[in-house]
Amino acid sequence: MTGSGIGARVRRKEDKRFITGRGNYTDDINRHGQTHAVFLRSPHAHARIVSVDTKAAMAAGAVAVLTGKDVADAGINGLPCGWLIHNKDGSPMKEPVHPVIAFDRVRHVGDIIAMVIAETKNKARDLAELVDVDYEVLPAAVNAVEALKPGAPQVHDDVEGNLCYDWHLGEREPVDAAFAQAAHVTKLDVYNNRLAPNAMEPRAAIGEYDRASDEHTLYTTSQNPHVIRLLMGAFVLGLPEHKLRVVAPDVGGGFGSKIFHYAEEAAVTWASKVVGRPVKWTSDRSEAFISDAQGRDHHTHAELALDKDGRFLAFRVSTVANMGAYLSTFSTSIPTYLYATLLAGLYATPAIYAEVKAAFTNTVPVDAYRGAGRPEACFIVESIVDKAAHETGRDPAELRKLNLIPASAMPYQTPVALQYDSGDFVKNIDDALKVIDYDGFPARREASKKKGMLRGIGLSSYIEACGIAPSAVAGALGARAGLYESGEVRVHPTGSVTVFTGSHSHGQGHETTFAQIVCERLGVAIENVEVVHGDTAKIPFGMGTYGSRSLAVGGVALHNSLEKVIAKGRKIAAHMMEAAETDVEFKDGSFRVAGTDKSLGFGEIALQAYVPHNFPHDELEPGLDETSFYDPKNFTYPNGCHICEVEIDPETGVTRIERFVAVDDFGNIINPMIVEGQVHGGIMQGIGQALCEDCIYDEAGQLLTGSYMDYCMPKADMVPFYEVGTNVVPCTHNALGVKGAGEAGTIGAAAAVINAIRQATGVEDIQMPATSQRVWQAINASAAKAAA
Amino acid sequence: MYAFKFHKPSSIEDAARLFSGADDARYLSGGHTLLPSMKLRLAGPSDIVDLSGIDSLKGIKVEGDKVVIGAGTRHNDVALSAEVRAAIPALADLAGGIGDFQVRNRGTIGGSIANADPSADYPAAIVGLGATVHTNKREIAGDDFFTGMFETALEDGEIVTAVSFPRPKRAAYMKFPNPASRYAVVGVMVAETASGMRVAVTGAAPSVFRIAEMEQALASNFSAEAIEGITVPADDLNSDMHAAADYRAHLVGVMAKRAIAKAAG
Ligand SMILES: Cc1cc2nc3c(=O)[nH]c(=O)nc-3n(C[C@H](O)[C@H](O)[C@H](O)COP(=O)(O)OP(=O)(O)OC[C@H]3O[C@@H](n4cnc5c(N)ncnc54)[C@H](O)[C@@H]3O)c2cc1C
Repeated sequence: MTGSGIGARVRRKEDKRFITGRGNYTDDINRHGQTHAVFLRSPHAHARIVSVDTKAAMAAGAVAVLTGKDVADAGINGLPCGWLIHNKDGSPMKEPVHPVIAFDRVRHVGDIIAMVIAETKNKARDLAELVDVDYEVLPAAVNAVEALKPGAPQVHDDVEGNLCYDWHLGEREPVDAAFAQAAHVTKLDVYNNRLAPNAMEPRAAIGEYDRASDEHTLYTTSQNPHVIRLLMGAFVLGLPEHKLRVVAPDVGGGFGSKIFHYAEEAAVTWASKVVGRPVKWTSDRSEAFISDAQGRDHHTHAELALDKDGRFLAFRVSTVANMGAYLSTFSTSIPTYLYATLLAGLYATPAIYAEVKAAFTNTVPVDAYRGAGRPEACFIVESIVDKAAHETGRDPAELRKLNLIPASAMPYQTPVALQYDSGDFVKNIDDALKVIDYDGFPARREASKKKGMLRGIGLSSYIEACGIAPSAVAGALGARAGLYESGEVRVHPTGSVTVFTGSHSHGQGHETTFAQIVCERLGVAIENVEVVHGDTAKIPFGMGTYGSRSLAVGGVALHNSLEKVIAKGRKIAAHMMEAAETDVEFKDGSFRVAGTDKSLGFGEIALQAYVPHNFPHDELEPGLDETSFYDPKNFTYPNGCHICEVEIDPETGVTRIERFVAVDDFGNIINPMIVEGQVHGGIMQGIGQALCEDCIYDEAGQLLTGSYMDYCMPKADMVPFYEVGTNVVPCTHNALGVKGAGEAGTIGAAAAVINAIRQATGVEDIQMPATSQRVWQAINASAAKAAA
Repeated sequence: MYAFKFHKPSSIEDAARLFSGADDARYLSGGHTLLPSMKLRLAGPSDIVDLSGIDSLKGIKVEGDKVVIGAGTRHNDVALSAEVRAAIPALADLAGGIGDFQVRNRGTIGGSIANADPSADYPAAIVGLGATVHTNKREIAGDDFFTGMFETALEDGEIVTAVSFPRPKRAAYMKFPNPASRYAVVGVMVAETASGMRVAVTGAAPSVFRIAEMEQALASNFSAEAIEGITVPADDLNSDMHAAADYRAHLVGVMAKRAIAKAAG
């Protein structure tokens, strides 16, 4: 390891510009002659649009007011869904049109009615108030379970019963047979609360059209600019890639919500040509609450069958997932292939069957949010395991260890389609138990009791499938895209290096970690490496960043390009030093002829590559610039154990997190500091879901928690210092041995918190978020039951 | 935000004149309530009369057994004032528990009480400590100041200039914050004052209220046990997604007991 190579705690290169306010976010970009767009949004969850009258706004000075009719007249298509799910009977899911601007119906509060373009943003807001819309309000379907019942309001005329799909995974018969043999069956009903992603930077987009070159440029807050170019260009607007550039500059957090292709992106791109000037839109926070895709929202019933010794025999799960009003880009894959495939958890449960119904409702679309399906799966598995332990009088840690897949069983094929490559799950638990001093818990509980407080400890052992994804597998499961990644390494004549990656950093720190990989392999100083991402005009191609895939897929593409650079460098070195290529070795930044003292530094080779005065041009091309596309062989499987210890004030129901321990296996680690940051942030979001975050809609489909006055973000003073450690078991199928760390914290944390509350209160039915009121009610109810 | 005319007078008289001369004026103090509602286009005053340039509205004075706080004094100035801490620690605690640091650096006592948010903290101090509100026209007894949800005894254009708090024998404030906004779900000020016991509750109902039964019980026995079993009827309390009325009613009792225990030291 060099000072800033793999494994070093290098401070983030990008932080200087972020901390000093020099970031270049989409809203910082202003184009010459730019206009400003405001989207007039539906105040109703469900209504027929009787008429939209834009005359007054136009008369008062709008540059343009564009409506659903204009979109239809321009021949613009609806927004596509990227993943086709098939029903149990093999028929395809229902895919109702998702118009860029609503035409005859609005289907959620926030659905776009019109785009008002003016000289300033405030003027556009004024003019939006002059657009006269006549609505005929319709009853709304809000709750997904209710939406599937007969007689529920119909969100789309062409989707009978609001059912998008009725899908399943695994084999039912062996599961039912195992249940018939079970010594004990544990049952659980859980609502996984809906969350608003709340990236710090709200979404923004600027469309610009160059009449001379007939080129469109879209600046947008995206986690994957090439995907947006493909979806928007090919499916929505009909623009060819070579005339469409998408730039995702600095992006202030995404958590999944900036993966998707949103209507506003297509609208500003199209409108910039209509008005002949750049069109800029920046969301505000209130707008984000009703227009950014939200996460989770699963209703689940689960049953676990155990034998008399506590071994898991079978697991069956039935989930209703809320899709919201339209299918967002990856929405359909989240409660299916990113959820049900993880229901084995870390356990050797031999038979698993899951069925998932997806429902349309008059709410904001639901899609991937940090963890995307895997937190929902982990929460179910880890909740039911705890409940089974309580019901059968076993220690939750022991019951887990009894059922864990042993390290010796790797690679392990689960009954729900995945093959885990590596991991030592028992060690994760043992390490975490030691850090938290599990054996000392009864004494701590006693001490709390003396103060009149309830104390609980909760475990959560998680596994996730990330490094998304082998294209062949994704394709077989209905993905309409491949999920490889590209990485280009351009060595400049003086030996400095620019890396072009198709993954995208919006907080993850790629500019540092990817540079560390280059330092490690080429021996160049970290200051001499620049990492470029987020621009389709610069990067060969890219599938972007989500599903903890940047390093495990994009990092490996980079690695492969570095290998090609070294191979080419070796050729050049062999030529220069008049040695056989096979005799040239590369180490510590130098090419040397084995067994001699002849050597050339990497910089000298780089210079020669661009000053090839005596190259044998038939055998050796000038230049030192290599590109690779890497398609992974398997998913990667980060895993770990989280333990949370809480203290609850029974008088108020307030839960305080006293300790939080995480032992994670992320495979090899490039930068431990950045990994810890990812884990900390992830745990915080898991705790947020567990204790306070909640999108609450009323019966009419109004989001009641539509601002920070009511939507409770977790805050620093709600949590202790986390105690995090790693248990490195390298991934067996990628060159870096890495697994990914972006989502793990969020996936594992919520169940640990809720299990701790369950244990502290003795109440199993604790729903998320476990607000003080809910916990107080639970304690009361159980006291009342005990008294009765 | 809608367009408006902006004025920044340096005297109370000018402020009142500018207000009455305008169509639909609003005073601006810390702006932490008014500006967000203007940004959301829920308020669209024709004129803004900014009070922050009026020096006589600022500052804290201890006069005999009274603490007088200018209407334009920021929450943090009260929270971090050594004089307030020495004279009425419960008041410094209350101010220090408002929102977060950024909010306390902007919000003012005058703006807070003129706004009369049912979940604001200061109303518990105005009523619980038996304060007097001074305006450019008169003095209003704290007990008479809050008349309902977002409603006060202030007349149109009347300016709060200061609040004077008599120093209590002992007092404490306990707040159960809304974890999202940090406003009070329930806040209880308990004080033994020259004019008797006071138990004032904010957050729980549309407007701050006193609990006579608790006050009587405390008069003979200033201890948490004294109010055991005294409840407020849930029917009159606020009920929302954060806290149903029965939970609020319960929290009133818990916060009151904790305040008593703290005041009793
Ligand atoms: C995120 C957040 C959290 C908060 N948390 C809390 C909390 O926990 N507890 C709490 O109590 N408060 C809380 N607040 C409110 C805040 O602390 C201020 O008290 C409140 O915003 C009003 O004070 P201001 O000075 O900002 O008034 P402004 O917003 O300037 O004015 C409010 C109203 O009062 C009128 N007004 C202002 N000054 C006078 C005057 N001298 N005479 C007559 N009328 C006047 C204005 O015209 C306006 O109608 C919070 C606010 C925010 C934004």
